[in-house]
Amino acid sequence: MLRRRVIPCLDVANGRVVKGTRFVDLVDEGDPAELAERYAAEGADEICFLDITAAPEARATLLDVVERTARRAFIPLTVGGGVRSVDELRDVLRAGADKVSLNTAAVADPDLVRRCAARFGRQAVVVAIDARQRSPEAGDRARDVASDVARDVAAYNPQGWDVLVRGGREATGLEAVAWAERAVALGAGELLVTSVDRDGTQSGFDTALLRAISDRVPVPVIASGGASGPADFVAAVIEGGADAVLAASIFHRRIHSIAAVKAAMAAAGLPVRLVEPAVA
Amino acid sequence: MTRTRMTRTRMTRVAVVDYGAGNLVSIGQGLEAVGAEVAWAPDGDSLGEADALIVPGVGASAPAMERLRDRGLVDPILRWIRDGRPYLGICLGLQLLFEGSDEDDAETLGVLRGRTVLLEDAPTLPHIGWNQVVARRPHRLFDGIRDRADFYFVHSYAGRPVGPDADELTLAETVHGRPFLSALARGPLLGVQFHPERSGRDGLRVLANFVRLAAGQAGGRPAAMAAVAAPTPVRTA
Repeated sequence: MLRRRVIPCLDVANGRVVKGTRFVDLVDEGDPAELAERYAAEGADEICFLDITAAPEARATLLDVVERTARRAFIPLTVGGGVRSVDELRDVLRAGADKVSLNTAAVADPDLVRRCAARFGRQAVVVAIDARQRSPEAGDRARDVASDVARDVAAYNPQGWDVLVRGGREATGLEAVAWAERAVALGAGELLVTSVDRDGTQSGFDTALLRAISDRVPVPVIASGGASGPADFVAAVIEGGADAVLAASIFHRRIHSIAAVKAAMAAAGLPVRLVEPAVA
Repeated sequence: MTRTRMTRTRMTRVAVVDYGAGNLVSIGQGLEAVGAEVAWAPDGDSLGEADALIVPGVGASAPAMERLRDRGLVDPILRWIRDGRPYLGICLGLQLLFEGSDEDDAETLGVLRGRTVLLEDAPTLPHIGWNQVVARRPHRLFDGIRDRADFYFVHSYAGRPVGPDADELTLAETVHGRPFLSALARGPLLGVQFHPERSGRDGLRVLANFVRLAAGQAGGRPAAMAAVAAPTPVRTA
């Protein structure tokens, strides 16, 4: 039976793992390849790098990190952050990544998803969706957004979720479930769904958002944003219908181990891959 | 990480067909991690004196066959298999062994009777993630690996053998919806639907076992010093 995956996510800036408020007060947390190897040994099913380096010239540094990681952690690697073209996606895959996640670039140019999937297969293309629950005020904001892709603004659903881009700072007028279906139709092989409301709050995943999307698409949905403990991972799968669950800070700060999360999932009857500890 | 020390005086040389399909970097790194020498094979002339051949790949059959043809690889691969030399097909490299694919009606290598078909009753597609490989019979490819160990899959289609030797061909099955063929063996012809290069320690063990099987078969052959194709990090057309 297909296992529910647990995926630690590492923020990478200038080739180093960093921790802190996005883009400010970054604290160096170590070498991405080394941390990825450690997580792999601890039972991570996959590794996700989110490159938060702003400068395009740092691209070579990222590719070097991907290459070194692929050499040390023999589990799948997804890389996101700043990829805007088929060529950039190709470079990341060539360095040794298995999948690339597209976010802002996919909203700005939805056909990019189709082009990347046609070239490398849909399994290599993850579309990341940052979503925020709608409210009457959010509806007013969304209507103000002048965007070529905001085709569903007229049919604004106040029960839905807004898609945000640029690290959750900019609204698009898109509704998350509708965008998820469109992204899959274009060729996304997986969806990485982050609740902006929950991200960093440790108040649990937005299972309603996850369920709304997972019920509507055939591809795997990866839950992100809000993990505080093992029970949240269980809820993301059982209530949200997620195939995989991603988290950052609770693993980095060693609040919970991957093994503890998986043990809780197994106890709840979920199929997980259990890794026997390495013999040192 | 598991490292297999080769006891032979030279490393086993594994040719990896490089036709712009899939994550070759990790296959190369996996083979190096288990002590093999990797010889990238971008065209039909480059299989050379390798001890073993790996045909990797993800994605659709038709473009893959087209690229194999364009690079003059189809006949050398068929000859390799006909000569009974060690072959490991990974993912698409397993599927191509059959006669054709339902995905795009491509005609494939036709070494084995059967077709590549869509996974039936699959709860999610693509089938992405770790799943159990259930042995139908023991084989040295899975030496040191417990039955029902998890391996990493990324695909929507799988090979379905037909004919009198279909059962014998089936080494292992995996369930996603209905059971599908996840490993096959016919003599030195081996195939796995999962990605050993992405399946952690057990995946590296599969690669190590394949290299050891190939070394055993190649035993006694003189060390080949023929020119080996230079590594080609660029693998997309």
